[in-house]
Amino acid sequence: MSQTKLPEAHADAPEPERRTGELTLRELGRWTWRQLTSMRTALVLLLLLALVAIPGSVIPQSGVDSLKTSRWQSDHPKLTPIYEKLQLFSVYDSPWFAAIYILLMVSLVGCIIPRTLLYWRAMRAAPPAAPRNLDRLPVHTSYDATDPPAEVLARARVLLRKRRYRVLDGSDQGWVAAERGYLREAGNLLFHLAVVLVLVGFAMGGLFGYKGGVILVVGNGFTNGLTQYDDFDPGSLFDPSSMEPFSFKVDQFDVQWIDSGPRQGMARGFNAHLQYRESPDAPQQTYDLRVNHPLKIGNTEVFLIGHGYAPVITIRDGDGDIAYSGPTVFLPEDAGFRSFGVVPAYDAKPTPIGLQGWFFPTYISVDGNPMNLMGDLKNPAISMEAYVGDLGNDDGSPQSIYELDTSKAAKVTKADGSMFRVDLSPGQSVKLPNGAGSVTFEGVERWTRLQISRTPGMHLALGGMVAALVGLLLSLFIRPRRVWVRADGHTVQVAGLDRSTAGDVGAEVEEVVKGLRQLNEPGPPGPGEKEPA
Amino acid sequence: MTNQSWETLSNQAVAAAGIVYFLSLLSYLVQWASLRKVPVGRKATVSVGVGGLQAAGLDTSPVAGDGSTTTNARRVEMTGRLGLILLGLACALHFVALLGRGMAADPNRVPWGNMYEFTLSGTFVVALIFVVARRRLGLDWAGPIVAAVVVTLLMVGVIWLYEPVAPLTEALNSYWLVIHVVSAVISTGGFTLGGLCSILYLVKERKGPTTSGYLSRVPEPVVLDRTAYRLHAFAFPVWTFAVLITGPIWAHQAWSSYWNWDPKEVWAFITWVVYAAYLHARATAGWRGRNAAYLALLGMATLWFNFIGINYFSTTSQHSYASGAPALTSAAPAHR
Repeated sequence: MSQTKLPEAHADAPEPERRTGELTLRELGRWTWRQLTSMRTALVLLLLLALVAIPGSVIPQSGVDSLKTSRWQSDHPKLTPIYEKLQLFSVYDSPWFAAIYILLMVSLVGCIIPRTLLYWRAMRAAPPAAPRNLDRLPVHTSYDATDPPAEVLARARVLLRKRRYRVLDGSDQGWVAAERGYLREAGNLLFHLAVVLVLVGFAMGGLFGYKGGVILVVGNGFTNGLTQYDDFDPGSLFDPSSMEPFSFKVDQFDVQWIDSGPRQGMARGFNAHLQYRESPDAPQQTYDLRVNHPLKIGNTEVFLIGHGYAPVITIRDGDGDIAYSGPTVFLPEDAGFRSFGVVPAYDAKPTPIGLQGWFFPTYISVDGNPMNLMGDLKNPAISMEAYVGDLGNDDGSPQSIYELDTSKAAKVTKADGSMFRVDLSPGQSVKLPNGAGSVTFEGVERWTRLQISRTPGMHLALGGMVAALVGLLLSLFIRPRRVWVRADGHTVQVAGLDRSTAGDVGAEVEEVVKGLRQLNEPGPPGPGEKEPA
Repeated sequence: MTNQSWETLSNQAVAAAGIVYFLSLLSYLVQWASLRKVPVGRKATVSVGVGGLQAAGLDTSPVAGDGSTTTNARRVEMTGRLGLILLGLACALHFVALLGRGMAADPNRVPWGNMYEFTLSGTFVVALIFVVARRRLGLDWAGPIVAAVVVTLLMVGVIWLYEPVAPLTEALNSYWLVIHVVSAVISTGGFTLGGLCSILYLVKERKGPTTSGYLSRVPEPVVLDRTAYRLHAFAFPVWTFAVLITGPIWAHQAWSSYWNWDPKEVWAFITWVVYAAYLHARATAGWRGRNAAYLALLGMATLWFNFIGINYFSTTSQHSYASGAPALTSAAPAHR
């Protein structure tokens, strides 16, 4: 970031009628630009970006975990409106967060352009001439030479070139100047440019990409299209017509349950066998969709991110007609897959019937209370409450398929008024009291939750990050240094200047001196010979 | 050997390693105590001021020839050597513990699948770096610190983080576990060592020059400052690789999105920014010494908060090793 202070262009032409501190619009703009692109501002913006990222890691984010966010919101009714105003539930999408990183990006660009020009000139420049008094430099040494100065300097040129220095010959004035490490600045620029690329790639993913989720009961298919998704989160510039016309079907879903050991009850080995077509007239292909192994179709990717159970339940109404039948997705509530779901039969006669309650993959009864042992299907059972009456599907308000509006319905009780529950194992049926109908638990199917997303700019971001790393390595480990050799009469002076942070040019100067002196000697030092002190 | 006996072996090896590390620390502390009486034998510094760590390394040559000093010097030398041998032995036991951890799992795997194993691996790396690089970098003075840090972290791991050997959760079952976590361990170790140098720098700078005692064996503040910078400069690119390259690649494969604003990711990014500010401030603003050391310590605080703290503050993290998996994403990594 530019440290150079440009001379104030207007300093010598003050307009008499202006008061102190008054700036024209142009000057104000120039002042703002210079402030924004100063190194200090960039550093402050960088630290600010880290600081404002903190709330998002402490407060639940609706974009990360919407369920937890809504729970938190209902637990904190007083804070929620304030937080919502400050957009603390979606920190990383909020305008103020965007403002900081856009400012940072502008600041970076503002740094890079002038610095590239400076670097271009510096890269082509010759090393600066030797200072008059080399002994004023922090690292310097001298020795007495027997050879004539011209010979020493010629040797120094060869030696320094061999050590990959750019050499400027000033032998007529008795010195040689050398500089190396020009790539450090290039690495520095590459790093900053690459960071901008990463930000651009990241923004592209957010603007033009999308992600959507769909829960598919095994055996069901999916055709890529807006209406097929359960939830869909497009970028603001996303174009639905660009969606790829693939389709797939979940043929089978395998999962292994661990029966013993410390992770007893944990599931692993998830494998969803997919049949898919890249387009309606493409040949059918198969793919084993596993965690860590997404399916890539064109630029879209399909991920396996969840699974659960869908009990197959049939509801017959008071007339004995089937009012509802089929697998119903129940959402797991814990790691043991105790799952909650609702089964609405809106078309039942005379009144709609609704069930809400629990599914247990491995049901046991402890002191008469239903408990779930583990996620594997060892002893599946449902335990649900039944409601009859107005289930609120007529007023047209949108309803979640995982909730039942029971506010206007009546809970079904036994004839004597005691509690009634639909507690069934697969294959069993129960009649609802008062001739309202019957419920049959036919069996259990599985569902998989798939995430389908397209992230343009991902490879740009990755490439940018790799380039940033390369630039970082160059800028951290290339040591730009200058070495000067001066030979007057019989004294040879060598001095070095380290222009990087971890300055330790002393060893380098020693090496140069050693090289000069070794060349100075008639032959290589013998085995027993000691190095000159 | 059965998995069970491998696990038992690992647990016993950790206990044994802990004890031997402690004995090593004791030995170093005896040396430390004896050193109070021995003034530092100053080596002639090279004219151009090079030699850095070596010149400031532990010099135990007796200064005067009288009897008590010679005995003391011998004690210093003996306890120092004993401490080093014990540290090496503990390091070997530590390796056995790691090996047992990996062999006990079914299928066999790298021993860094949870926080306990990560701590075990990380401390091993610290001890190993010390044993291997001691001579080259002249790190003898750091012996007691390394022994103390390693034994403390091992205790924290055994007491609070212990988990029995278990199969990996599905999302961890990837070769990125090796690449991502190894780079995270290396950079965490590098930043921690750099942070220790910064702490020593601050202590030594405040105390002023000393001629005897442990602190006088520690290199000069200028050298400490430079060593701290070099360690940070080494760890930062590795951290960049771990957090901003391999992390997103793996996150994309396992969680469908390369950057999820997961609390662990956010804090890793915060750590990255703080260390970037540290390097930047040193490179361009010429911040050295105290301000830079404070910034480095801030970075280390965010680093360790991210490793330990965030798991307890936030349960939304997909990196959380704590149990109680969010059920809806049970096929997705819930246990990291």
